[in-house]
Amino acid sequence: MKKFAAKVNITLRSGILDVQGKTVEHALHSLDYNSLSNIRIGKFVELTVEAESEEKALETVNNACKQLIANPIIEDHFVTLEEIK
Amino acid sequence: MKFGVVIFPGSNCDHDAYYASKKNAEQEATFLWHKDTEIPSDIDCIILPGGFSYGDYLRCGAISRFSPIMKEVVKFAENGGYVMGICNGFQVLTESHLLPGALLRNESLHFICKDVHLKVMNNSTAFTSELQQDEIIRIPIAHGEGNYFADTETIEELESNNRVIFRYSDKNGNVTKEANPNGSINNIAGIINEKGNVLGMMPHPERYSDSQLGCNDGLAIFKSLVKHFK
Repeated sequence: MKKFAAKVNITLRSGILDVQGKTVEHALHSLDYNSLSNIRIGKFVELTVEAESEEKALETVNNACKQLIANPIIEDHFVTLEEIK
Repeated sequence: MKFGVVIFPGSNCDHDAYYASKKNAEQEATFLWHKDTEIPSDIDCIILPGGFSYGDYLRCGAISRFSPIMKEVVKFAENGGYVMGICNGFQVLTESHLLPGALLRNESLHFICKDVHLKVMNNSTAFTSELQQDEIIRIPIAHGEGNYFADTETIEELESNNRVIFRYSDKNGNVTKEANPNGSINNIAGIINEKGNVLGMMPHPERYSDSQLGCNDGLAIFKSLVKHFK
């Protein structure tokens, strides 16, 4: 069995107004960071996964995201994996 | 009839729901523990109460959905049993897919605790028959995540099948942006499932069920259920 460190980024699906992101964007603009836009705020989840292969690990984490870690109705998730040696 | 009120760790309107069922609607009521793996056969309606179940960890209602009692609540609902989710209970129902959509952060980002007016959009349900069509009732809200969202297709389905039961309105019944406290699509405050046995609403009818509190508009929802089970 191999071990992987998984990092999951969760954001509101595009098209859903991210009011928190909008508020931060307004605050940044008031600090003259006018070059910054499209701010989206999300969640970051780290976890360790044991699996035979990277594909299996990715499949497990993606399933966990669909079932619990993210809500597919309102959120997108993106998983990256790195093998722990 | 008999109400069953679920207690999750972090529920805080469980006793209000119990009181409204027992004292105001004058029915039998009992508590159901989140670890229970069986729903007593004499329960007619299950109430998922307001609160912060499991500390609202991850997302409101996301963890509660996997508590042992919810497995039974889903079965109960699928077999035609009546379920009412209030506030956090509504969030649990969407997370459990007993109702469509999801509840997002309030548009203002604030936790809002105040009385609102609701327009009754459909009084031909087991939960609303004691209300008049288009009646305006006053019910309190207390939530940070009550901004109802669903994709366009789902909203169209809800609207065209009269499944939007309550809308936020002003006291004259005008459904306006100003009367919308949280940014919900189409001012949606409460919806029902296709079969008509699962209701979810963000406002708290159990908090306005006793006339000693100055308003008991919420009692009609409990009384509608009582009438249904007569």
